[in-house]
Amino acid sequence: MNLHEYQAKQLFAEYGIPVPDGYPASSPAEATKAAKDIGGRRWVVKAQVHAGGRGKAGGIKLIDKLDDVAAAAKSMLGSRLSTHQTGPEGLPVNSVMIEAASDIEHEYYLSLLVDRASERVAIMASAEGGMDIEEVAAKTPEKIVRVAVDPAAGLQAYQTRQLGFGLGLHKDHVRQFTKILQALYAMFTERDASLVEVNPLILTKAGRLVALDAKINIEENALFRQPALVAWRDPSQEDEKERAASAHDLNYVSLDGDIACMVNGAGLAMATMDLIKLHGGAPANFLDVGGGATSERVTEAFKLILSNENVKAILVNIFGGIVQCDLIAEGIMEAVRQVGVSVPVVVRLEGTNAKKGLEMLAASDLPIQPAADLTDAARKVVEAAA
Amino acid sequence: MSILVDKDSRVICQGFTGTQGTYHSRQCIEYGTKLVGGVTPFRGGEQHLGLPVFDTVHEAVAETGAEVSMIYVPAPFAADAILEAADAGVELVVCITEGIPVLDMVRVKAALESYDCRLIGPNCPGIITPGECKIGIMPGFIHRPGRVGVISRSGTLTYEAVYQTTQNGLGQTTCVGIGGDPVRGLDFIDCLALFQADPRTEGILLVGEIGGTDEEAAAEYIEQHVSKPVVAYIAGVTAPPGKRMGHAGAIVSGGKGTAADKFAAFEAAGVTTVRSPAELGSAMKAAM
Repeated sequence: MNLHEYQAKQLFAEYGIPVPDGYPASSPAEATKAAKDIGGRRWVVKAQVHAGGRGKAGGIKLIDKLDDVAAAAKSMLGSRLSTHQTGPEGLPVNSVMIEAASDIEHEYYLSLLVDRASERVAIMASAEGGMDIEEVAAKTPEKIVRVAVDPAAGLQAYQTRQLGFGLGLHKDHVRQFTKILQALYAMFTERDASLVEVNPLILTKAGRLVALDAKINIEENALFRQPALVAWRDPSQEDEKERAASAHDLNYVSLDGDIACMVNGAGLAMATMDLIKLHGGAPANFLDVGGGATSERVTEAFKLILSNENVKAILVNIFGGIVQCDLIAEGIMEAVRQVGVSVPVVVRLEGTNAKKGLEMLAASDLPIQPAADLTDAARKVVEAAA
Repeated sequence: MSILVDKDSRVICQGFTGTQGTYHSRQCIEYGTKLVGGVTPFRGGEQHLGLPVFDTVHEAVAETGAEVSMIYVPAPFAADAILEAADAGVELVVCITEGIPVLDMVRVKAALESYDCRLIGPNCPGIITPGECKIGIMPGFIHRPGRVGVISRSGTLTYEAVYQTTQNGLGQTTCVGIGGDPVRGLDFIDCLALFQADPRTEGILLVGEIGGTDEEAAAEYIEQHVSKPVVAYIAGVTAPPGKRMGHAGAIVSGGKGTAADKFAAFEAAGVTTVRSPAELGSAMKAAM
């Protein structure tokens, strides 16, 4: 689950991590009031969306007249911001953040994440702040310094010094840096983050280190113990279909092809998408109906699939292990009847009672084509969509 | 022969009296697994499925001599369950539970270093030595005792691979579902080493998926240490970057963990790869 920048900065402030003075606003009037409260003569108006690349997309504006703050906020609020991370449809801007503008001496990059290889929380920093870190990592990996934290011992001071001096920070700034890192690590572990990114962390002309941007991702599996953060969830920033799917315990990801698939199990679902591609088709989605594919779930899955207007054919691929294929077949027929499926449906069943299930499908008068095996299923569905 | 578990493995179930624990324990007993008891805190002294229930794993191990534990404890309590098993001297912990917070697993993995205990999972179907011992949620009937070792990060896709080797007569020595989480117990390399050392295993089927770099590491290991034929398949060629594909660990992020990279790594290491999941069995047969 992603947090908005203003929420992330609220968390930063709670942990004592320096951030610029700022407030969220959801109307031009609120924006003006925020700028007045902050004071000074230069402000930044930042669109609040769950995506990076806002600056280049016009989602961050530097304002030097109080009168212009409202206009900048007005131009963003209610619009959709499209960045290189959102795709052309963009994300809705329902709030903006008004911040005091900073005098920047230098920009650094800082992030914490769960590193799969070391199985620890890793901290990465680079003196090339403000840049796309993936590009830095690809082109000049030596410019990234990193440490991995022993979960029992916690982040040690030597590790923060290693990072700070590694970045080339002046010794006067390394102490500030250490405090920031220790606070970030505490926040990361206490709030079950999976990613915290500060890009950039700036050194101001006055010699202060400040988190100018803040990106926090909270791990979905840990949300049960983070109720305060769950309350911050912003559904407007999430894919509507994916959200509807998770409400029914379905795992759904939209893709841009025209052959929908419904599969039990995530690995088999990916393999099914790949198989469609291999046979010249294009998958319209990833959809895992889970191990216990019940009739109710299958019905919901069909509804979800058919809400995508591009879908020309559907492939159902079920490996019945514990679940019985004849029961699945019944569920599929029931769902096709109830939802009123108008596109061809190819069904491959394997496992317990598969033969019986396929016979039931073949005998029905519904637009369902049984398939003998995986390859047969892929060929049939690609042909049906052509 | 087989790896890790066989007909003599003494198994307990943690989360024994819960819905999942009850259902799958019953299936395992029917398959022939030597289940010797279970653990549900505060239910000690009861009988369940005709077996004794204990309050603690220490007690269960002392009373039954169990060396393997199968865990169905809900995600919020699963990390605790794994460490309790390790502390009680269990040699192999098979954690089926899905949805354990990754930071819990980071702590568990670090703590496990001080025990002589192997972990399979979490978020996995389990392990089975066909005809001898089934520990997990996989359907027993698709397996046959045979010659192929199977290692996979997935559930139903593993069944697909297994079933193909059953249908073409190869059968399996042992099948290990290592799980779909980013931080987990045994990895591909651990299992490859065990299968390489197992005289009955004549070929190895490796089913990977997008995310992380374990397949790349496995490819390097195979090139240097595995002389038996290996067939590899990677799911997720069509998965869009930045999107989690069901499993917590199945995500291409920062341009890393793509199926293309993994296929390339295996091919560079001389491993037979298949692009279609329908060809897993036939490719294995041809390679052997």
